Amino acid sequence: MAEIPLPGTRTIEVVEPLPAVTRAEGLFRWIATVDHKQIGILYLATSFFFLLVGGVEATLMRIQLAQPRNNFLSPEAYNQLFTMHGTTMIFLGIMPLLVGFMNYLVPLMIGARDMAFPRLNAMSYWTLLFGGLLLYFSFIGGGAPDTGWFSYAPLSERPYATQPGVDYWALGILITGMGSIATSINLIATVAMFRAPGMTLRRMPLFVWMSVVNSFIILFAMPIIAATAIMVLIDRHLGAYFFRPEFGGSATLYQHYFWGFGHPEVYIMILPAFGIISEVIPVFSRKTIFGYAFVAGSSVAIAFLSFAVWAHHMFAVGLGPAWDLIFGAASMLIGIPTGVKIFNWMATMWGGSIRFTTAMLFAASFLVMFTIGGITGVMFAVVPIDWQTTDSYFVVAHIHYVLNGGSLFAIFAGIYYWFPKITGRLLSERLGKWHFWLNFIGFNMTFFIQHVLGLEGMPRRVSTYPDMPGWGLMNLISTIGQFITVVATLIFLWNLFVSLRRGQAAGNNPWGGWTLEWATTSPPPVYNFNQVPPIRSRRPLWDLEHPPAPEAKSG
Amino acid sequence: MLDPVSPQALAISNIFNITFAISVAIFALVTGVVVYAAFRYRSRPDAQPPRQVQGHTALEIAWTAGPTLIMAFLFGTTVVGYGLAAPGYAPAYRTADVAAGKQQPPQADIVVVAHQWWWEVVYPQQAITTANEIHLPVGRPMRVRLESDDVIHDLWIPRLSRKMDATPGHITYLTLQADEPGTYYGACAEYCGVEHAWMLIRAIAQPPAEFDAWVREQSRPAPPLPTPPPGTPTALAAATTPAVATPAVPLPPGRGDPVRGAILFQQKTCINCHAINGTIAQGLAGPDLTHFASRQTIGAGVLDMSHENIVRWIANPQAVKPGVHMPNMLLTEQEVNDLAAFMESLK
Repeated sequence: MAEIPLPGTRTIEVVEPLPAVTRAEGLFRWIATVDHKQIGILYLATSFFFLLVGGVEATLMRIQLAQPRNNFLSPEAYNQLFTMHGTTMIFLGIMPLLVGFMNYLVPLMIGARDMAFPRLNAMSYWTLLFGGLLLYFSFIGGGAPDTGWFSYAPLSERPYATQPGVDYWALGILITGMGSIATSINLIATVAMFRAPGMTLRRMPLFVWMSVVNSFIILFAMPIIAATAIMVLIDRHLGAYFFRPEFGGSATLYQHYFWGFGHPEVYIMILPAFGIISEVIPVFSRKTIFGYAFVAGSSVAIAFLSFAVWAHHMFAVGLGPAWDLIFGAASMLIGIPTGVKIFNWMATMWGGSIRFTTAMLFAASFLVMFTIGGITGVMFAVVPIDWQTTDSYFVVAHIHYVLNGGSLFAIFAGIYYWFPKITGRLLSERLGKWHFWLNFIGFNMTFFIQHVLGLEGMPRRVSTYPDMPGWGLMNLISTIGQFITVVATLIFLWNLFVSLRRGQAAGNNPWGGWTLEWATTSPPPVYNFNQVPPIRSRRPLWDLEHPPAPEAKSG
Repeated sequence: MLDPVSPQALAISNIFNITFAISVAIFALVTGVVVYAAFRYRSRPDAQPPRQVQGHTALEIAWTAGPTLIMAFLFGTTVVGYGLAAPGYAPAYRTADVAAGKQQPPQADIVVVAHQWWWEVVYPQQAITTANEIHLPVGRPMRVRLESDDVIHDLWIPRLSRKMDATPGHITYLTLQADEPGTYYGACAEYCGVEHAWMLIRAIAQPPAEFDAWVREQSRPAPPLPTPPPGTPTALAAATTPAVATPAVPLPPGRGDPVRGAILFQQKTCINCHAINGTIAQGLAGPDLTHFASRQTIGAGVLDMSHENIVRWIANPQAVKPGVHMPNMLLTEQEVNDLAAFMESLK
């Protein structure tokens, strides 16, 4: 295995293996690395692993729900699984997958050598891994948390949650949260200080814009949940009463704290996905992004508004008409900048020359899937509708259209788009198309019908349900859809496996991309660039191909 | 919520339909443009490089202003529909403030107290306590006061009303009304622990005369429990020995004796948790059983009311509803049958 080659005898291959992974250094190189690309790969691999674990949990839940009064899982096991599924997908899956892209791509896209604080960057990754492992240790350490991913008090308090699961939940979130805060500071510093000459703010790729805005949201939102997790731990272990009403604490206060973090978190999980879409759609439409300033500016608007809408998760609490209506209006407002983005992406496709690679298929379907999630999101802002649909399967469908049809489809678009840059090899397009179509069908089959279930009165988070007319059939369809998604995911894993071993060599710029990461080799050398091309516009590589730079004045 | 039977639920349904129509239009627009562009602007081998359009300010203004107008319309709908959907809706009262006399919550027709994992339903004016079902007179709006005994729950009967949280430390109100007689299914909508799935509730709407009859039935206390013979351990043995307390009429096999059951009910600590109005059983932790057999379900919806199911439940509630706070009392088959017979007598 670990044979040490003599100096000067390294075998020359057409495609280099992953950057800096020479056999001589092996696994240790990965553990000790402070290179943003390797850390980015670690982030992507780790969080994709957790995504698969969350998917297995979801599949078990769907088997349990396939029939009314099913006994495949005990209620206790089901409750642990849905809690771990939500916590895993959000904190260990979607969010760090996007952070992985940010880590890998942002320094390359701005022509930098690395992140501003490489060691801090490594620390962030290791907090993710060990925070995640700590959370999963709960399965053998006394029972996984079973209080839901938002772990409402007082259900999470000692009298009702006697097992240590909630403690693992709080500690896991605290530890991964510290890493997220460090990453956000690191990324803001990198973009502020290490942009290549000529890379003005108005010339930055939109993925970088979204990453910076996202980092600011993380920076302000994560401390809220960190403080809340600490308060939960103090309540549970030191006998405080922050969230225990019988001793003067407040169960509603916990909800304000949690959603004060939780709603910005939703945007943390979608803004970098917007960034991916803003890169993929122009390249495969062969057109520059339509309305660059509006796409970037609307993200800033979303970031501010995301901190002013949290109580729309609490319309059933009984806050009273004044607060309900204020938060309803604020939540509607956030739909406007989001709509602006969708329109600009559509306008980018309009009049283009669209190549439907797998990446573009995922990006185009993102537009439609995310629109469904966005529309139902606006429905929740119409307070009386929320009174019926919240905490039902309607909201389950909504969040999955946003986070699965939205964020995860964008992540797949990003993986197909940047995999050649990261590994030097192209993913198989033939397998990719199979993956896309099966995933698209399976996803919609699973979740679209859940809107109807919710409207018919099926509450969320139930380990089983009575045999109401139609419920069994609709749940069965939903479960079958999940199995189609499982097949799609297996095809994707097979695609990763074969393409890593004998995929077609990518070359520097297989898609005709215009941003700086395509100017260097695939995979990039440790130092990223021999020479950064001159940056006179948003698309430096376009300028190289078109010497009289038709949009030079626009930068 | 798809088939409302009250003005409140109808108001929500109407708002939903308006919003849904707008949603379908927006969805059709986006999908239409994406699909059209996908076919119309598909890359062709002979295609010219597309024109590089940077943007269009008028278009940007249009698609900012358009959604803004839609949102303004939806907000107007929200404000108008709000009062119709939740008449007299006020912020939650704090239990501590109410106890200290700082707040005066209004009188309620029905008080619903949510417990892990069942519903206590009290009619304060009529001094009736029942569980897991709410009887309503058709057409009359009933003001329901909602409280929680432990964690956060949520009362949701989709065809009648909005959902409303029951938060410990808070008192909230909602209106329940049904304009057609019938049984309307509901559930706890806020995850509340291991048996959240079996915290169902149903509203039974009856014509006023029938409702009044139900009220009269439920107000009637149960007959006093037979006193167990002195000296409990021997009495227990005696009570379970058919030779000592043979029923007057021979019972079919597998059936128990309600009198023996009533004695067991006192001896087996049932009375520590359950109340039967008019008797010494005054436990508060579990559902009031005064008219147990008049209800439609057992265990907050997990079983339908029937002899076999009462036996199943008493024999081992943990097998029926794992995690429920009622323990397996490790009863003999005869004891189970006797207790079941007693339970069935509580009409």
